[in-house]
Amino acid sequence: MKLKLHVWRQKDKAAKGRMVTYNADNISPNMSFLEMLDVVNEGLITTGEDPIAFAHDCREGICGSCGVMVNGVAHGPQDATTTCQLHMRSFQDGEELYIEPWRAKGFPVLRDLIVDRSAFDRIIQAGGFVSVNTGSAQDANAIPIRKSDADEAFNAAACIGCGACVAACKNASAMLFVSAKVAQLSLLPQGQPERQDRALNMVSAMQNEGFGNCTNQYECEAVCPKQISTDYIARLNREFIKAALTYPDAKK
Amino acid sequence: MKLDAKIPAGPLESKWENHKFDLKLVSPANKRKFEIIVVGSGLAGGSAAATLAELGYNVKCFCFQDSPRRAHSIAAQGGINAAKNYRGDGDSIHRLFYDTIKGGDFRSREANVHRLAEVSGHIIDQCVAQGVPFAREYGGLLDNRSFGGAQVSRTFYARGQTGQQLLLGAYSALSRQIGAGQVQMFPKTEMLDLVLVDGKARGIVVRDLVTGAMESHAADAVILATGGYGNVFYLSTNAKGSNVTATYRAYKRGAAFGNPCFTQIHPTCIPVKGDYQSKLTLMSESLRNDGRVWVPKSKGDKRAPADIPDSERDYFLERKYPSFGNLAPRDIASRSAKEACDAGQGVGESGFGVYLDFADSISRLGEDQIRARYGNLFDMYERITDENPYKMPMRIYPAVHYTMGGLWVDYNLMSTIPGLHVLGEANFSDHGANRLGASALMQGLADGYFVIPYTIANYLASSKLEKVTTSHESFKAAEDSCRKRVGQLLSIKGSRTVDSFHRELGKIMWDKCGMARDRAGLQEALKAIPKLREEFWQDLKILGTNEEINQSLEKAGRVADFLEFGELMCLDALTREESCGGHFRTEHQTPDGEALRNDENFCHVAVWEHEGDATGPAKGHKRHQEELVYEHVKLATRSYK
Ligand SMILES: Cc1cc2nc3c(=O)[nH]c(=O)nc-3n(C[C@H](O)[C@H](O)[C@H](O)COP(=O)(O)OP(=O)(O)OC[C@H]3O[C@@H](n4cnc5c(N)ncnc54)[C@H](O)[C@@H]3O)c2cc1C
Ligand code: SF4
Ligand code: FES
Repeated sequence: MKLKLHVWRQKDKAAKGRMVTYNADNISPNMSFLEMLDVVNEGLITTGEDPIAFAHDCREGICGSCGVMVNGVAHGPQDATTTCQLHMRSFQDGEELYIEPWRAKGFPVLRDLIVDRSAFDRIIQAGGFVSVNTGSAQDANAIPIRKSDADEAFNAAACIGCGACVAACKNASAMLFVSAKVAQLSLLPQGQPERQDRALNMVSAMQNEGFGNCTNQYECEAVCPKQISTDYIARLNREFIKAALTYPDAKK
Repeated sequence: MKLDAKIPAGPLESKWENHKFDLKLVSPANKRKFEIIVVGSGLAGGSAAATLAELGYNVKCFCFQDSPRRAHSIAAQGGINAAKNYRGDGDSIHRLFYDTIKGGDFRSREANVHRLAEVSGHIIDQCVAQGVPFAREYGGLLDNRSFGGAQVSRTFYARGQTGQQLLLGAYSALSRQIGAGQVQMFPKTEMLDLVLVDGKARGIVVRDLVTGAMESHAADAVILATGGYGNVFYLSTNAKGSNVTATYRAYKRGAAFGNPCFTQIHPTCIPVKGDYQSKLTLMSESLRNDGRVWVPKSKGDKRAPADIPDSERDYFLERKYPSFGNLAPRDIASRSAKEACDAGQGVGESGFGVYLDFADSISRLGEDQIRARYGNLFDMYERITDENPYKMPMRIYPAVHYTMGGLWVDYNLMSTIPGLHVLGEANFSDHGANRLGASALMQGLADGYFVIPYTIANYLASSKLEKVTTSHESFKAAEDSCRKRVGQLLSIKGSRTVDSFHRELGKIMWDKCGMARDRAGLQEALKAIPKLREEFWQDLKILGTNEEINQSLEKAGRVADFLEFGELMCLDALTREESCGGHFRTEHQTPDGEALRNDENFCHVAVWEHEGDATGPAKGHKRHQEELVYEHVKLATRSYK
């Protein structure tokens, strides 16, 4: 296959970026999208041009490191698929691809296609946990959990923290990400004691990081590689309202 | 070099309990006076950093990814073992202990493995308390599945994403401590050197991967939990950033390396497609619970799998190992697949593949049941290969997956450098010559949650630790040498890319030090690697500078270390004149092709010591031995027949 790529190039956080066009020849349909970029980069290095920087690590769709906009769609055209698991057979020979980083106030671009997603870590630090010190746990089977609740908690816990939901949202909202963690822990008995504080603190951390609010556009769910459902956002809203009413003085 | 494994006296079952009582404690008020560096945020590092912070120590934690949640533990699929005996199927601490020793082909320490089995149950308790959504049965209790090398069901799992869920559990505990200010987290920061003061590990030098700044951090003790070095083979199931740099730098500073040649080749990975291939993808071993492995009986049979009648298929694992069948341990399953392919029975374009067939299970249990168990793995397979495994068998081939070798540690998980502790895949400790499936997650979390918090207190309480700051000359010297090395890499300005060198090294390692090894091949590799290394230092091409995000430069530093380390692996493989577990020397096999151990001469850990200056090239590697003493298990020929 031969492709024409238009790639966002930006030297560092402060620099002004621009789109640059490259030809990608000798591309096999069996290559992953990142392997295609590898091939382009090997070519660039040989001709003395800086390779395109992009984040990646596991290359099997689970670490959440990778993620670019391909023709305006976060993680590209294939449903439920991270950029690293996207394969070139999803594209046509001769196609033009526009490749850009996530764009959101909460995710500043660090270089080319790499953005700073540390805001997500800070949101988790605000409450995305159960406060249980090592060694203080009771026997695991002393807490039976309805299978359907456990399965649902798992579905929510499958979020990989990639940030595609934010990139796809016109408000750059991180609600899908936040709601997935809140839902997971609110579905489980272990998460109950901190349930209200968690919802309040994580939402307020999200707002402090500059992410927008949710106006029910559902773009997030459409691009989410782990098919996290917007039902969790509705659940988070309920959690949040209940918590705010029950504990009007809770620290936010 | 004096090697003292510090194995406590007394009966096996009470060694750990007694030892915990004998270890010195640090009082709550004194804990906050200590600084501990944890390099790595995977299951081992993340759990250690969180727990030490909960106890009140001041912790600094480092990882090279942009978030601690992305450590490669996230990719573990199948499950985690624990001797809970919730099934009532005859499991016990002793059985898990025995299976692990036997699975490791009698090359691990009894006392360590027993402790691992003892704490395994607490891990599950802890993870459930954190909200890890393990699979459950309709009654609401935890479910289990079976893994290779065991005849009981002791593996806990969260669909095909167990590592992810366990890591997110550890990450949440870590995040809580970061939020509380007890852990200072340094993502996108790579450790480049270890710093010793008065012979003790007192800090590290790191490079900020965004700005390129070299910085030192001082502490009272250092923990390395930096994962495995499978990427020395270029193609492996490890993440692209997985490296040997942290442990190899420690090795050059004097920490001994245990059994570097012990690598695990996993039997069920998606076969290589083309020369652009950048990594290999594992298909979890749990699939062997319901999938049957086979090849056509006749060579070069190109018929579609569905057209090959049962009578013309060779279910070679079931045939050769009737009592374990498709759940034979990894080393055995991998070697059998290689043999079948070498004999011309392999399938797929390249002929390097065997079938993993779910047809029988699907007709027995229905597609929905199989989807519930392995849905995400089947989807992943289809995305990569464009083939639907519900309709046709998967094609799989072995790939490099795990490294049993690692920095040598004593029972307290301390290396030969006082104060330097090593956890998780980065140490050599518990898996001998072959790790059983679902035991790495167990070991990483055992080390981090339940072992190091006790043993490090003993070190801190019983050592004289003068106040040290990063203005100490040892830090300055280490920083300088790191800067110099980066400068050297950037100034070569040759013609070849880092990846081209890495691929070439990988091919040497796979061909000569992979699934089967022999003297002549290893000797060739020992000539080829130094030559390649020399070329690397003369002809490498990296663009850009240090003071920016420079991914080629990051890779180059790692590949430079692999180019030295590969040699050590081959040397270790050459010296170990026996076959055991994942180390198969073709000269040493039984008449029916099984690994032939040599207990008389090799019932020991090979412990390597670096010779030469820490910042220059290795002058040599000196081999020491830690004899393994089996008091409870009788050395036997491993049989899964
Ligand atoms: C695909 C796959 C599937 C697996 N499935 C299973 C399974 O089902 N069950 C099982 O028991 N085991 C499984 N394993 C093995 C198991 O996942 C690993 O052995 C284990 O997770 C390793 O954990 P760790 O904490 O030691 O290292 P890792 O999780 O690899 O973490 C290493 C950490 O060190 C950091 N680091 C490394 N080098 C540096 C450096 N130079 N500077 C700074 N930081 C550094 C990294 O950033 C990372 O945070 C699997 C492995 C793979 C690859
Ligand atoms: S919710 Fe989906 S898109 Fe958003 S971070 Fe999680 S996995 Fe990525
Ligand atoms: S590289 Fe890990 S999810 Fe894509």
